[in-house]
Amino acid sequence: MGLELASYGTEYYDEMADVGFSDSEVVSYVRDALKSVAEGDTDRYNQLIGVMHYTEGLAADEVALLVTSLKALSGVVSHVDINLHDALLSSIFGMSMWNYGPDVMDALVELIKSLAVSNGGFVDSCLDMLVRNFMPPKSFIGFLRQPWGCARKNEVLNRVHSALSDIAYLVPLAPLRLLPIILKRMPTMFDNEALLVMYVESMLRLEGSAIGEFIGSTMLMAVVDRLVDLDVEIGWDEIIQEDSSKGIFHMELEDVEETADYVGKGGSEFSRGTLSGLNFGGNVVSDKLDNLMVLTCQHLESCYDEGRLTKVFDTLLHSFRITILSAYKSKFAQFVMFYACSLDPGSCAVKFANLLSDLFLCETQPPLTRMSAAAYLGSYLARAKFLSTSLIAYMLKRLVGWCYNYIQIHGGEVKSISPQAHRIFYSGCQVVMYVLCFRMSSMVDVPPLKSQLFQMPLEQILHHPLDPLKVSLPSIVKEFLRQAKSARLFTVSENFFFSDLLESDSSKAFGGRERLDMFFPFDPCLLKNCDRFIRPNFVYWSMVRTTYDDEASSEEEDDNDVLLEDAGARSFDEHDIDLDEFEYSMNKMSITPRMSSKHGLTGGGLQASMRMPAKIRPSTSPESL
Amino acid sequence: MEGLKVSDANLVVYILPSKANRIPQALRGELSSLLFKFNEEFDGVVLVYDILAQSKNGKILPGLTPYFGVNVRAKLLLFSPKPDMLLEGKVMKLRKESIHVIVLGFSYATIAEEDIRGEFRYKIKHGEEVFGSTSHKRHVIKVGSMIRFLTKSFDEEILHISGSLIPANTGSIGWLDKHMRESSEVDRTNKKNREREAHGSRLINEATISLDNEYPPKKSKRSKMVE
Repeated sequence: MGLELASYGTEYYDEMADVGFSDSEVVSYVRDALKSVAEGDTDRYNQLIGVMHYTEGLAADEVALLVTSLKALSGVVSHVDINLHDALLSSIFGMSMWNYGPDVMDALVELIKSLAVSNGGFVDSCLDMLVRNFMPPKSFIGFLRQPWGCARKNEVLNRVHSALSDIAYLVPLAPLRLLPIILKRMPTMFDNEALLVMYVESMLRLEGSAIGEFIGSTMLMAVVDRLVDLDVEIGWDEIIQEDSSKGIFHMELEDVEETADYVGKGGSEFSRGTLSGLNFGGNVVSDKLDNLMVLTCQHLESCYDEGRLTKVFDTLLHSFRITILSAYKSKFAQFVMFYACSLDPGSCAVKFANLLSDLFLCETQPPLTRMSAAAYLGSYLARAKFLSTSLIAYMLKRLVGWCYNYIQIHGGEVKSISPQAHRIFYSGCQVVMYVLCFRMSSMVDVPPLKSQLFQMPLEQILHHPLDPLKVSLPSIVKEFLRQAKSARLFTVSENFFFSDLLESDSSKAFGGRERLDMFFPFDPCLLKNCDRFIRPNFVYWSMVRTTYDDEASSEEEDDNDVLLEDAGARSFDEHDIDLDEFEYSMNKMSITPRMSSKHGLTGGGLQASMRMPAKIRPSTSPESL
Repeated sequence: MEGLKVSDANLVVYILPSKANRIPQALRGELSSLLFKFNEEFDGVVLVYDILAQSKNGKILPGLTPYFGVNVRAKLLLFSPKPDMLLEGKVMKLRKESIHVIVLGFSYATIAEEDIRGEFRYKIKHGEEVFGSTSHKRHVIKVGSMIRFLTKSFDEEILHISGSLIPANTGSIGWLDKHMRESSEVDRTNKKNREREAHGSRLINEATISLDNEYPPKKSKRSKMVE
């Protein structure tokens, strides 16, 4: 009895393991096993299925058996019936390549390819199986950090991607079928980070492949969607701290001290879980977003290297238009656009600026879209180092032109200022002032641009009864007026007092429920990993040369010490600044060194302020000058 | 090659009002969404369309979504292989167990080992896998050859054809045409004439059936690529 039972289960294995069999004999054996199912004889068939279920810790002969079986099956795919051999098919499609060595992987991939091209009914399942293999089984995730885990990952993904392109080569419509499968299996933002990142990696790899020609744009848009999903999960209240009373252009003292604690030995690493002294409640979410953005930026870089960035950028722009722009105050996802523009300042950067300005100027767009576009435009023009001053001047001209037309239309009948009613106008004015805070000095340096600037009807706009100066954010207005005065752009009434309020009731009114008055999308990126892509092309406020700096006297010499102390304790971003930047601005200075804007922590009076912090803070009380 | 036919179609295409100022573009967009998919009403895969005429006015569809319908007369090139038709395609991959062929660039066919007549033997010639005929030395099928094969079945969803090389008039097109020409020429001419007549009358039949198709209104959520 016992002997019989023992031999029952091994008939298949004995047959297959016998080295004496030739390939064709093995193939015909398997073919017979398949055929016999129709006649009701399922013994060998069931054993074949059993072999497919071999997973971990396989002995050498078990591996050989599996490989032989898979290879034999590849030879007889035309005999595999979608209904009769349903059980076998589901075990094959359930196999994960991550569990096996290269031999089994190769045999399995061959089988999948053969199945896909032999029968139209298998195509979807084969593609699905390959897409599922973009990610390892959950049990494997821990091994990814080890070198052999990494090696296995490369082995699997290389095979999966080449299988996909081989199938697409023989089945022309395969990419079309592949697309919905990929989108369906894409991990959500709640899934494990390693899985999500790996899947997106494969998606981007597909985008760059030959198949990418057909499905690439949808892949990219799906990735951006995921970025926005994660972005939205990070609450604004987690970023903004409530206890500040400084304005936009102030440096936060608290930050410096806090960050000092967190600066590691190297002076440039932060402990996990904090960002410049901030505390993200949803820490995991920000890490996921950070890693995905790094992936995306790397992919964009490789697109640029391959010369395809222009086409990819069009997709990105479209995606931005429909997802990021319409998301409520997106926090970091837009930096992907920033980076893409920085790669190609000549055309992509200009396209982006054009899109934003066109949206703002288009009368048929809804007001929120226009205001949002204005906020993006303002922040972009201010912060993008790679934009030419002439482009900025051109954009400003468009904006100012529109504002000027606006005041012509809405002449003098303004009885009382209703910020809500004229919110688009106010946001336009604020944008102009904001950009000029950053760029006035560089524009004034270039005579043709200077004359363009001086010819703009700024004075009329700002002194119009609609009174944008009163409605816009006070700190911006203050800084702008100060610079305008130094540049002698127009006359400023000396009695124009401003408290250091970050916001006023009026600005809240025009900003609306969404607070678009305080939306500066390209403020320094707080995600530390992807920040390295952004930093070289980013204008920090501390780097900005203002018009009054040129006039500053030499009273800042003694603050040198403060600077040096400061630099060590300060957040890594400010310190690691391209010393080139520093050099550059130093050289640009005619008389005084650039110290005046690098310190300011202790200096009183005029020097006390004028720095762009790493975040926006709402103020609760005015600070007296 | 059989399986291709040209049909005249009278269609009503429903368009969203937002596209009212760009009708020709909208029509092309709608008709393009038909391409390379099997359509039951046309009984074939639409390969090419040519808009011949469109109406000046469109009737607004009553209901929640105000689509308006434009009458269009178009010529369609359809691909509808039926069993026992002879098709032609290029060999992309060749193995002992099967030959893989691409037809017209978008459809693919597989010819399994048991559907290849005994005349052909798999061998490796000069490092290349080929199927060589045992009776005619020069009749060779390899990767890149154009072959003519018989249709066994057609999977409409994925546009997969199951093919056969059993009949004698299948195989490498280059060799077949040359060989056929050299042998009974008269026979061939007669046969071709008969085929052409039958084919022609088939076309005329189709042309007189004006396909009056009511399109289901397409939802506004169109694929981004089409945009």
